[in-house]
Amino acid sequence: MKISEQDVAYVAGLARLSLTPEELKTMTGKMDAMLGYVDKLNELDTDAIVPTAHAVPMANAFRGDQVIPSSGSAAALANAPQGTDGCFQVPRVIE
Amino acid sequence: MSESQFTISSLGKELQAQRTTAVAATRQCVERINNTDNQLNAFITRCDDSAFQDATAADARLSAGSAATLTGIPLGLKDIFSTKGVRTTCGSKILDNYVPVYDATVVERLRAQGAVIVGKLNMDEFAMGSSNETSAAGVCRNPWDKNHVPGGSSGGSAVAVAAGQVVAALGTDTGGSIRQPAAHCGVVGLKPTYGRVSRYGVIAFASSLDQVGPITRTVDDCALLLEAIAGYDPRDSTSVDCPVPDYQAHLRDGVTGKKIGLPREYFIEGLDPEVKRAVDDAIEVYRRLGAELVPVSLPHTDYSVACYYLIATAEASSNLARYDGVRFGVRHSSGGGLIDMYQQTRSAGFGAEVKRRIMLGTYALSSGYYDAYYLKAQKVRTLIRQDFHNVFEQVDLLLTPVAPTAAFKIGEKTDDPLQMYLSDIFTIPANLAGTCAMSLPCGFDAAGMPIGLQLIGKPFGEGEMLQTAWAFEQATDWHTRQPVL
Repeated sequence: MKISEQDVAYVAGLARLSLTPEELKTMTGKMDAMLGYVDKLNELDTDAIVPTAHAVPMANAFRGDQVIPSSGSAAALANAPQGTDGCFQVPRVIE
Repeated sequence: MSESQFTISSLGKELQAQRTTAVAATRQCVERINNTDNQLNAFITRCDDSAFQDATAADARLSAGSAATLTGIPLGLKDIFSTKGVRTTCGSKILDNYVPVYDATVVERLRAQGAVIVGKLNMDEFAMGSSNETSAAGVCRNPWDKNHVPGGSSGGSAVAVAAGQVVAALGTDTGGSIRQPAAHCGVVGLKPTYGRVSRYGVIAFASSLDQVGPITRTVDDCALLLEAIAGYDPRDSTSVDCPVPDYQAHLRDGVTGKKIGLPREYFIEGLDPEVKRAVDDAIEVYRRLGAELVPVSLPHTDYSVACYYLIATAEASSNLARYDGVRFGVRHSSGGGLIDMYQQTRSAGFGAEVKRRIMLGTYALSSGYYDAYYLKAQKVRTLIRQDFHNVFEQVDLLLTPVAPTAAFKIGEKTDDPLQMYLSDIFTIPANLAGTCAMSLPCGFDAAGMPIGLQLIGKPFGEGEMLQTAWAFEQATDWHTRQPVL
């Protein structure tokens, strides 16, 4: 096994997903199969190879510091599940 | 020519000559959708009312003599493009109620030309799939045989074009999501060079791989629609500031003397014999047209699926972190704290395939595994890019199959994600290398399912690729076949 149920439960926590015991079992099996498959990359010696983050080589894209119109807070809040007083409302963070 | 067979160029001529109207063309599409979409399920959201408003405005513009190429042309959009005031779900329950407050740049460009937006098209959830079976809106069906998948992730876009529900559509392609459904549905699909088309307002899957492109009935239309959406956009920092050529200028120049490479890694065991025969026939067509066919090698092809599924899932895990029930989308909360709300929202909102990819990507990026998986994949990506760089020193473009088989049956591969991923082997490398590629119809198998031919061009070589595709289309009649519905 490349990955245990314990590892998968830990990664689920990082990804903010909660998995039922059944889902955890299935997920572990499928992730194990994928991790076994991607192991084939280790057939290649890449010690001297520079990684590619982007297919088109590019430097930082800068633009002028100009004020342009924005959507405004009413539009920004239009899709909020809960909003109040021009803010996004979330459940209590600090107990 | 039946009415459903209108192309951008043929309908454009009719509209300019005032032999028909945009309202009439839109009505035809709406009726066609009414008559066929209960069988196909290509549409997630229809925009009949605003489409007729668009059409009325287009007719005024046509009468005034100020029409552009796309004025009055009924088009469909994959449900991944932000459309101001029109629900955009990305095929996911988590965005079931999401109504964007702005248009994607490509949508702005279509609207500026006076195109008619008919509706939002079905897709795999967050573009993660090769069969349109992961959509929260339900499976979309192949118009050539409704027991078969249309391909994915832009399945609805390919179906709507093939079935005559729209004249053309836009899709997105991260690992083949335009080319593979286009091939499976018998239409033309093009993935531009990375940076050619703005991604602003396009819901992100894997940001270093995603590109927007056209799905059309003909190569000519593909050139027209690409020209309309291509070009630099300061709102997408990865869009490239390089002039958009007039793709029509050399479209009809032929392929005499052109060097077309045949990469031996794409003609392997596992390639369906009927697909191989159709592609071999296409090679003969090109030989007859005066092209020079050259055997070449892309030695790292076999590593591309593994490389892709690490990079794409890593980027997806980061991009999809934004769906947390705070700013948009559907929130699930049973009264616990903030973290509970995040977990409940994401667990209820995402489907199984999306969760699998978020998990794999999170793992590949996590402390202790980053070097072994994500960094390793980025290094292999360099080798795959170099393969293309080397081969384009020898030839002008490449010719390959789009997929190892024609469209498979609904449900055939849903239990085995790895088998599903491997069906993308021929399309993924162009995304990793960032170059342009397209799919065009080149035959049918014995069961009557369409087969696609892939051309892969040099970076920013869309013009030469379209020219090569056009020559093939003129010499064959595959693109004129239509499914019976």
